[in-house]
Amino acid sequence: MTKLRATTFLIAATLAAPLAAQQEGGRLDIVVQPEPPGLMLGLVQNGPTQLVAGDIYESLLRYNSDLEPQPSLAESWEISDDGLTYTFNLHEGVTWHDGEPFTADDVVFSADVFLRETHARLRASLAYVESITAPDDTTVVFQLKEPFGPFINAFEAGTMPIVPKHIYEGTDYATNEMNATPIGTGPFKFETWEKGSYIHLVKNEDYYLEGKPYLDEVYYRVIPDAAARAVAFETGEVDVLPGGSVENWDVPRLTEMEGVCSTGAGWEFFAPLAWMWMNNREGPTSDVRFRQAVMYAMDRDFVKDVVWNGFGKVATGPVASSTNFYSDDVTPYDYNPEKAEALLEEMGYDGAPVRILPLPYGETWQRWAEAVRQNLSEVGINAEIDSTDVAGWNEKTSQWDYDLAFTYLYQYGDPALGVSRNYTADRIKKGSPWNNVEGYENPELDAKWAAAATMVTPEERAAAYAEIQKEIVDDVPVAWLQELEFPTIYRCDVKDLVTTAIGINDGPRDAWIEE
Amino acid sequence: MWKRFSSNIGAMIGVVLLVAVIAIAIFAPLLFSHDPWQMVQRPFLAPFSMDGLPLGTDTLGRDVASQLAYGARVSLLVGLVSTLVALLIGVPLGALAGFYGNWVDEGAMRFTEFFQTIPNFALAIVLVAIFEPTLASITIAIAIVSWPPVARLVRAEVMSVRKREFVDAARLAGLSRPRILMTQVLPNTVSPIIVMASLMVATAILLESSLSFLGLGDPNAMSWGYMIGAARTVIRSAWWLSFFPGIAIVITVLALNLIGEGLNDALNPHLSRKGKA
Repeated sequence: MTKLRATTFLIAATLAAPLAAQQEGGRLDIVVQPEPPGLMLGLVQNGPTQLVAGDIYESLLRYNSDLEPQPSLAESWEISDDGLTYTFNLHEGVTWHDGEPFTADDVVFSADVFLRETHARLRASLAYVESITAPDDTTVVFQLKEPFGPFINAFEAGTMPIVPKHIYEGTDYATNEMNATPIGTGPFKFETWEKGSYIHLVKNEDYYLEGKPYLDEVYYRVIPDAAARAVAFETGEVDVLPGGSVENWDVPRLTEMEGVCSTGAGWEFFAPLAWMWMNNREGPTSDVRFRQAVMYAMDRDFVKDVVWNGFGKVATGPVASSTNFYSDDVTPYDYNPEKAEALLEEMGYDGAPVRILPLPYGETWQRWAEAVRQNLSEVGINAEIDSTDVAGWNEKTSQWDYDLAFTYLYQYGDPALGVSRNYTADRIKKGSPWNNVEGYENPELDAKWAAAATMVTPEERAAAYAEIQKEIVDDVPVAWLQELEFPTIYRCDVKDLVTTAIGINDGPRDAWIEE
Repeated sequence: MWKRFSSNIGAMIGVVLLVAVIAIAIFAPLLFSHDPWQMVQRPFLAPFSMDGLPLGTDTLGRDVASQLAYGARVSLLVGLVSTLVALLIGVPLGALAGFYGNWVDEGAMRFTEFFQTIPNFALAIVLVAIFEPTLASITIAIAIVSWPPVARLVRAEVMSVRKREFVDAARLAGLSRPRILMTQVLPNTVSPIIVMASLMVATAILLESSLSFLGLGDPNAMSWGYMIGAARTVIRSAWWLSFFPGIAIVITVLALNLIGEGLNDALNPHLSRKGKA
């Protein structure tokens, strides 16, 4: 009888839930790992900084999980038919955290002056921009030199954070003392930062969206050890474990706890894709048949299921399936050791040793390298693991001193922003581990990448990228491994936490806690 | 001497254990059909839950029993070779210092002290990190941090032996100084060196395990320290992954210590009697 009543109550509660209004109040404790070097998002854009500062700073747009633009500081926007003029209408009545009014001049200053100097990734996109103007206080116009499809993806908080002109104009940005107490327009205000312990943000009472944010305060907790972070979550000390903050093996244990939810969403904008660079310049990896053999030799489903506990998706090519312009019309590389052996025999592989450089980011990546080495040695490839630390990995990859090297990179929502940089010849440059490190040269494809970036309509671009993917997958310049998924683990009574393509980075704006 | 040694129960237990470990290491390929890195079954199989996998599987579904057997090879190899290398450095240096005295002694001892003032383990970590972890670099690093006590011991022994009458007799007989050192003095210092060496092997095995545990092992060599290090993050859900290699290290180090003590008692009856009194 009690059971029946309980069930009835549960059903009633479920039915009632969508009708219930978001509840106000409460405090959210989120793990941040490692401790960010700074919170001034215009100056520092690494992961932890974006996580915390995404509540303080905003950009013109946000993106939903399908990467469609949504209003943020801009209420509405318009792109001219020729793809050259982007007009944004800003929210009225927005103020900075120090009370100064926010205007279109702040946007012009941020994009045209401040970020041009401090933000390398945005600078590449701004190269297509002819002018940025503010016809009035609530209108901003970006005039482009030539059409650049991915430009609409450049208005994300970490890509184009809007910074206050009245604080930074005419100062030395890097040494401005206000960097320690960041002033933004976002839903939460910076309160205190106890180094090594926590960062405390409080509700912005004057936020321009009626009723938001719902939470009173957010604490970002610094806990250096992965096991200690897991325990902190178990004991209820923290409410949210962002993706990657505990080891994969701990994920099932934590998500099986009562009242704990998890989601793989909230990474669509970044779409981290893991692969192994294969040195196209020398050694056995310079032979396309060897590179194909590596693809066939690897049991990538096994790695996904065992090393990553089922999180993620086996990659089919250079573009992540969660981003725009992905095409699955490519040669599939299923686990097929016989085919790998046949290819090795055809090329006359002589057993030359092949070094594998793992990514020094913890146990998961080490196990991954061991699994790949085992797969390769089973088809007769003489593979050995190089040991390394972060500095050594940077050195070896940027100096091209490797045969196979693990890595993963963000895609930033568009192949022209996050993918082509790894495959075009103009991005072959010694000294950086973030470009065409494998040394792949294909002038024909280079031209296609360049053309696809500046086509006007999405349909044209989709066709162009589909063609590129088909061709490049046969060439296997790198060994694509997996679309990574970093599950966010949180208490189920925290609602609407992950609603955008950048997840908890700007999630607390809409999040609320159910009593 | 053998009689005294064999009557020591502890020492005999040590010998039996060590022989067993050595046998497992040598016959590992015969005992286990698959290599320790091969992924043979589902991951995280508990011990005794499946035939043919008595100690279960690890995070990637590799056979823990096979890993243990192959790990014994690495541990024993590193232990033995690094001890040999340490002896090759420590014995000549200590002997020269003790025998010739004066500035030779001064120089050699200051040099030894230089190494002794740096904590062993910290120095080993630095050396391995500089040279990149391979079996060779780990062995050499362990040897470099463990020779100073050997040099000190040999020096003290040589100093006491060279004052004995038979050394004077040899000198009167016209033997050259190097000859006296090699044929008269050194052979009389062998027993404490043997005792010390057996204990050094045990220490070297522990050092290698500690380095591997910290991720500074040879990534291509299966070792006990590596097994524990890799199992550290899953210790709450898969206890057997760190438990069995831990037991293996305990057994091997204990065996070597028992043997070392047995040797000490057997080779140095005077000391042992004093100890018991």
